[in-house]
Amino acid sequence: MAVAVGAGHRIDFRHNAVMDPLRDPAPLFAALAGVLPPDGLLTAPEQLGPWECDGLSLYRQRPLAVALPETASQVQAVLRLCHGAGVPVIARGAGTGLAGGALPRDDALLLSLARLKRILRIDPVARVAVVEPGVRNAAISEAAAPHGLYYAPDPSSQIACSIGGNVAENSGGVHCLKYGLTVHNVLGVRGFLADGTPVRIGGEVPEDAGLDLLALLTGSEGLLAVITEVTVRLLPRPRHAQVVMAAFASVDAAGDAVAGIIGAGIIPAGLEMMDALATRAVEDFVHAGYPLDAAAILLAESDGTAEEVADEIARIESVCRRFGATSLVTSQNEAQRLQLWAGRKAAFPAVGRITPDYYCMDGTIPKKHLSAVLRRIGELSKQHGLACANVFHAGDGNLHPLIFYDANQPGDVERAEAFGLDILRACVAVGGTITGEHGVGVEKLDAMCVQFSTDELAAFHAVKHAFDPAGLLNPGKAVPTLHRCAEVGAMHVHHGALPHPELPRF
Amino acid sequence: MTETREPAVARLRDAVLAAAASGGVLHARGGGSKDGLGGTPRGEPLATLEHAGIVDYDPAELVVTVRAGTPLAELQAELAAHGQMLPFEPPDWPGATVGGMVACGLAGPRRAFVGGVRDALLGVRLLDGQARVLQFGGRVMKNVAGFDLFRPQAGAWGRLGLLLELSFRLLPQPQAERTLALPMAAEAAIEQLNRLAGQPLPMSGAAWFDGQALLRLSGSAVGVDAACRQLAGEGWDAVDAVTATAIWQALRRQELPGADRSDKAAVPLWRLVLPGTAEPVPGTRCIDWCGALRWIDDAAHGQGRPAGAATSVGASTHPLQRLAASLGGHATPWRDHPARALTVSLDPARLLLHRRLFEVFDPHGVFANGRLGIA
Repeated sequence: MAVAVGAGHRIDFRHNAVMDPLRDPAPLFAALAGVLPPDGLLTAPEQLGPWECDGLSLYRQRPLAVALPETASQVQAVLRLCHGAGVPVIARGAGTGLAGGALPRDDALLLSLARLKRILRIDPVARVAVVEPGVRNAAISEAAAPHGLYYAPDPSSQIACSIGGNVAENSGGVHCLKYGLTVHNVLGVRGFLADGTPVRIGGEVPEDAGLDLLALLTGSEGLLAVITEVTVRLLPRPRHAQVVMAAFASVDAAGDAVAGIIGAGIIPAGLEMMDALATRAVEDFVHAGYPLDAAAILLAESDGTAEEVADEIARIESVCRRFGATSLVTSQNEAQRLQLWAGRKAAFPAVGRITPDYYCMDGTIPKKHLSAVLRRIGELSKQHGLACANVFHAGDGNLHPLIFYDANQPGDVERAEAFGLDILRACVAVGGTITGEHGVGVEKLDAMCVQFSTDELAAFHAVKHAFDPAGLLNPGKAVPTLHRCAEVGAMHVHHGALPHPELPRF
Repeated sequence: MTETREPAVARLRDAVLAAAASGGVLHARGGGSKDGLGGTPRGEPLATLEHAGIVDYDPAELVVTVRAGTPLAELQAELAAHGQMLPFEPPDWPGATVGGMVACGLAGPRRAFVGGVRDALLGVRLLDGQARVLQFGGRVMKNVAGFDLFRPQAGAWGRLGLLLELSFRLLPQPQAERTLALPMAAEAAIEQLNRLAGQPLPMSGAAWFDGQALLRLSGSAVGVDAACRQLAGEGWDAVDAVTATAIWQALRRQELPGADRSDKAAVPLWRLVLPGTAEPVPGTRCIDWCGALRWIDDAAHGQGRPAGAATSVGASTHPLQRLAASLGGHATPWRDHPARALTVSLDPARLLLHRRLFEVFDPHGVFANGRLGIA
């Protein structure tokens, strides 16, 4: 078995002549069972079914086996055995990822880190938490709450998603504009390279000696290392929060109001936009009190001390009025604040009620191009014959178009994917990116060819090779082969130069 | 905005190509304001000042894209004209350029509360050791496409390539800013400042020197006023605005406040980055970043002499480096220090990863100029 890992490099997994784990996995399974807890290895076909996809259920594949270690040393032992046998390893957190980053392969061990779920230490004075990767995102904030502290990044799946998966994907959330992404809130990790070599990157200090490998590992989608411990920064929980809901007669006006808020020197804790289709779907579902005649609604939240919030809310209201808000509601108590947010937070399930299936995209654009990109999405919607609702982290330019389709209609899946790729092309064309927070996984491999040049993709492969020379950690994800990009025919033309005429196309 | 001077890239490319072909070594040099920092450079200086100018700045995006040779002062003036700023308070020594600011990765007092250079960096365009133009990241705040090869450029001292263009996220300048002081010993300050940082106060600076703790509060006028009222009740006294500005400026520029400026070259200093709550280290002259940054007098730890060859790691560590490591941090001999040639100490696994990354971006060693301190 061979897997292409870059520009023509091929690595033969069958270098171990004694044991061919794919023809006869029994010796490897026996060795794995020896280092794992009694119920820590799943190999029977009926046990593997639940593991065949992550949050991107469009793609399914049964793994070779599933390992469920409970300690870091068990993780290390599993990695050593797989490395020795030349078997790929795919690390998995809670399996909520939306890009297929934890999609299994039939020739790879799926390494679930869900049972490493101890909160090892919370230091309220230093404001750090040291946790294992299987700890749920929300559980960190729950554990820190008695100290008046919390972990800021809050991806929408925070009840279920794990901190290990958050680090692997560099997850965001609705409060990124003010509080940053995972990469801004993680101080250190411990883990292992593909061959089981222990690594410690960062710690409890704001910067590491040498190169910032912590930034490089964060968001590397399980291709560079497997982490078994994470140290995160905790922040003081704001005392107050209030949200303004403003409706606008056009998407342009709402976009202008966003620019106006930022331009006034305000960094809201959250700044979200929904278009008319998303608003109607949500209102029918949760009755959040959104006006149905609006072309777009904005939710702008302020948090901090009572004085800060009152001051900022007044300024946000004033900007929204100035940009022609047709209605304005400001939460007067916590119940109303949560009600106004309930709509936004239910946007995906609400859309799920009005279409058999939907495909969630994740592009980021400079905010000033919002109107143009939404218009382009409208044109593409007609062209591909599929409806699309738009939910937008307006403060940081992260757009989530939700493409409506019906998987039971022949050709719909392909049309939805083609529509999605066209949306991402439009994002790149205005200087944006193909993924703001969901990651590349398997889903956006083709889109990567649009955003990066051959040289840049080759650099990614070389970095992967530097950490994992045998190419065993989550192979084939996150970075497309140059071969694939040549086939996609979407090879990026960089800085006006033709991409490497000397490169063979095969 | 400065006019486009993109032809400079062609000259820089030629220089890198020539060095790669001839086994030459280059070290990028902008205004030379950091000549005394980092490892002693080897090879030929490569002037970057020509590649200057603000490429794109839209205040409503809170994002700016700048060429590496742009004087930092020019960028700061442009941002200030729109009521915005780089969040991390870089040391703005005369002559400093944006490229040097990123390469050294240094940040001022606000770093403890809003992050450092790497946290504000959104994207880079660079020339690698084979003169290929590579672009990572972009101009948007959320971007997880491809490995993050842009943030690691901050503090890499140019070892992974020659920086050409850099994009940053910005912050609005705070409406109001006030500084408070309270006399106390270093140990008490470490405890107190960290406890306050755990409260929802609009803190933007937390330091200690000359027997007093300093707190800076930034944000909306009403928010800062309310915080000042709370802290006045706990004994904190207001510092007048002129004195306060001078203090934070001195901390930002590493001109340690309270000390006689003329002795700064005479007394070698060490820069320690530690967990914020780590115990005080003997010889502590000044504490910043809520305890995470310590400036230590060399005299308290014996003369720091270069020990061992620059390539041997681990064996050549100074006692202060070992002390910092035992506390969970690291120590660097600072500005014109006689021990400047000391290597950065890394464990074998990380050292191997560093060397492989050097190989990825610079197979001919064009940028192996000694400044990063890792061979």
